[in-house]
Amino acid sequence: MSQDKSNITNSSFEQCIKCTICTVYCPVTAVNAAYPGPKQAGPDGERYRLKKPIFYDEALKYCLNCKRCEVVCPSNVKIGDIIQLARIKYSTSSPRLRDYILANTDLVGSLSTKMSKIVNSTLKHPDVKSILEATLAIDSHRDFPSYADEQFTEWYRREAQQEQESFRHSVTYFHGCYVNYNYPQLGRDLITLLNAVGYGVKLMEKERCCGVAKISNKLIKQATRDARRNLAEIRTAVARGEEVIATSSTCSFTMRDEYQHILGLDNSDVREKINLATRFIYRLIDSGEIKLAFRDDFKRRIAYHAPCHLEKLGWTIYSTSLLRMIPGLELVMLDSQCCGIAGTYGFKRENYRYSQAIGEPLFRQIKYSGVDAVATDCETCKWQIEMSAGVKVEHPISLLAEALDIEATRALNGVK
Amino acid sequence: MRYDTIIIGGGLSGLCCGISLARQGQQVAIVSAGQSALHFCSGSFELYGRCENPLEGIASLPKEHPYRKMGIELTASYAEQIKDIFEAAAVKCTGEATRNHYCLTPIGVIKPVWLTLNDYARFESPDRIPWRKVALVNFEGYLDFYPQFIASGLAKYGVKSDIHSLSLTAFDNLRESSTEMRATNIARIMTGEILEQIAAYLNSHAGDAEALFLPAAFGLFDDTAVAELRAMVSLPLFFIPTMPASVPGVRTQIQLKNYFQRIGGTYLLGDNVVSGEIENGRLKSVKTANHGNMTLSADNFVIASGSFFSHGLIASQESIREPIFGLDIYADRVREEWYDKDLYSHQAYMGYGVVTDNKFRCSIDGKCIENLYAAGSILAHQNALDEGTGGGVAITTALFVADEILRSR
Ligand SMILES: Cc1cc2nc3c(=O)[nH]c(=O)nc-3n(C[C@H](O)[C@H](O)[C@H](O)COP(=O)(O)OP(=O)(O)OC[C@H]3O[C@@H](n4cnc5c(N)ncnc54)[C@H](O)[C@@H]3O)c2cc1C
Ligand code: SF4
Ligand code: SF4
Repeated sequence: MSQDKSNITNSSFEQCIKCTICTVYCPVTAVNAAYPGPKQAGPDGERYRLKKPIFYDEALKYCLNCKRCEVVCPSNVKIGDIIQLARIKYSTSSPRLRDYILANTDLVGSLSTKMSKIVNSTLKHPDVKSILEATLAIDSHRDFPSYADEQFTEWYRREAQQEQESFRHSVTYFHGCYVNYNYPQLGRDLITLLNAVGYGVKLMEKERCCGVAKISNKLIKQATRDARRNLAEIRTAVARGEEVIATSSTCSFTMRDEYQHILGLDNSDVREKINLATRFIYRLIDSGEIKLAFRDDFKRRIAYHAPCHLEKLGWTIYSTSLLRMIPGLELVMLDSQCCGIAGTYGFKRENYRYSQAIGEPLFRQIKYSGVDAVATDCETCKWQIEMSAGVKVEHPISLLAEALDIEATRALNGVK
Repeated sequence: MRYDTIIIGGGLSGLCCGISLARQGQQVAIVSAGQSALHFCSGSFELYGRCENPLEGIASLPKEHPYRKMGIELTASYAEQIKDIFEAAAVKCTGEATRNHYCLTPIGVIKPVWLTLNDYARFESPDRIPWRKVALVNFEGYLDFYPQFIASGLAKYGVKSDIHSLSLTAFDNLRESSTEMRATNIARIMTGEILEQIAAYLNSHAGDAEALFLPAAFGLFDDTAVAELRAMVSLPLFFIPTMPASVPGVRTQIQLKNYFQRIGGTYLLGDNVVSGEIENGRLKSVKTANHGNMTLSADNFVIASGSFFSHGLIASQESIREPIFGLDIYADRVREEWYDKDLYSHQAYMGYGVVTDNKFRCSIDGKCIENLYAAGSILAHQNALDEGTGGGVAITTALFVADEILRSR
């Protein structure tokens, strides 16, 4: 008998002991009474849905897929996965034009970088924002991330690629859409840092978007196509003896976990090789393979915000441990809580209000923390915090690069 | 990654142990698979519930019992020490190890306990309840609180109750998803104006009651709401435990965790310790699901992964085991012996757990692992429910193990 028919699925909903702990920590439950909450939307609802799909509740669309419920569940129920799979399987609403535009970060990004000046100023215009809200239901309160005038990959091929061959070690960098179209500087900072410790940075032949936005907008076919392509690229890199690192915690999380759990692609042969930049560097330092030297004129007070997907990976400790290594950096840990944006979720008119309410305690804490900047490993958290708390947000890798004494680090690691 | 001590399990026991070690200068990491049994805490901790003076009662427990392993003197001393830790963590509670007091359970049973969080009603003895009449106030539409049970519980001791149902427009929103009207969700909206409305209601509806009782749905992350409401009502105000998850239990968990982090501890939530590397009778490092090939190493380790509820122990059709290391355990071999079909009679499985030497060090196949200690509800030969010893064992064994670790250097 197939699993569907036997009423036993390979999902973990049967492990739920109904303890209700997950409901205490769901950020949506806290602000939106129309959301049934992780227990009801996840394991409890699954029981009904397996009997009759009609029990599917469209309110499941309010789930942020933040996985905070999974982090606290003492019984290892994959609550977030159950909810996302149910949305894909049972929801009858199909993605609208707006969802295509928000989800196709790579397509929209490559068009926008070509016309960045026009796009950036246009997207800031209140009239344009109102039109976007009226026609596409993209909330007009939302600030758009601005586009770079040159893609990271273009810069890389022109300025950096050749030199990367000259290093003793190498690593493949999954830059993601954000670095490529919006913030190439982060990619450059990573290269500065890794080159200084003797690592050359390579890119994939043809990197695709990790797919997180397509998954959450139910564009599963497209997401699967991109994921297959990326997995092939990852396998090539691994065959060369390289790890693949991302600077975005969500890209890393998506390729490690969502490819398998949501898209059903087997990535077990390479999963351990899909890493996050801060974890990769921490491990090299911890094992004594590399050393960093810092400038003594670097003095900053920085708060760290732990993105949901980084918390789910359990890897926040690597980013914060690296930041603590910088002598002139005073680190303030913010309470671990969702910022509310959840990728494209917070851009949608129907979610904007909840998105801001979820992030409110975090914004308040940041405003009162008296820091120069916030550090975080996620680009959408960065947009949300910059817009809502009015504080600049930087990536830990950029802070490390800024604080680095490049010459001294090169010398320590025998790099000419 | 390297620490002085790594603790597996971040419930009451793991946190108390971690706090004690961090206060004495150690670098400590706690790895916890999920949230703990504290989320079910009724608001009181029990040291020993079967007689008036818990410390005297302990002497009658079998000699394998964790309290007997520490001895009465040390148990008493750790029961005293925890007060200091709780105070530093802003967990406010009252009680003495030499004399139980009494609290009310969610179903109105009056029960002897050791420490009670200051939110809750507590009395020196059921025969000396200081009120002749109380007002029991529920929220309309809230199903996890049973004022009738409480009323009949109190009536047994001659206390009369008036039952009120408080309706607030603020609840309309919560009632939208009927399953979500839980104490923890209610507690989120209990601030500012809503507290004022509740205070006004209480002040005008109390009648001739001498005390007010409400469901414990106030103060999820700290006890500000509790203090604010108390300041606004004219009568003594107490809370009664609800069905889980328990608001004061969640708060206690968060306060202890925050304090542990404040004094330099590392708390890794949502991760499972899956295996360990043992060499020459010592545990060198552990592997976790999230950290994969990055092992966590330490001089000493504590396993405080709880009992069956938290998967510190696992029962399959055939056997009972400790899943990470396969530690030696005490359990009956035959499944029929594990439990009694009558839910309310003595359950043998409750006494199962990891066996240790007198320092709470664990063993595998009879061979001691010198630097692996066990603390809390994973320990064998305690039956928390029968004896009324849950919180007490979790706390005192944790502090004992912390001191053993410091002594072992
Ligand atoms: C439903 C219930 C209600 C209770 N109510 C009370 C009460 O009101 N008063 C009282 O005094 N006692 C009560 N008790 C007794 C309770 O067991 C103790 O008071 C105490 O909370 C136990 O603490 P602990 O730290 O030993 O275990 P737990 O609180 O169970 O914590 C164990 C932790 O270890 C984690 N863990 C398990 N396996 C792993 C792994 N492989 N890797 C990493 N982490 C892991 C779990 O996720 C969990 O967070 C209650 C117990 C239960 C089950
Ligand atoms: S926390 Fe886990 S076990 Fe508890 S109700 Fe939620 S899904 Fe079920
Ligand atoms: S994934 Fe996040 S939003 Fe969705 S149910 Fe879990 S905690 Fe709530």
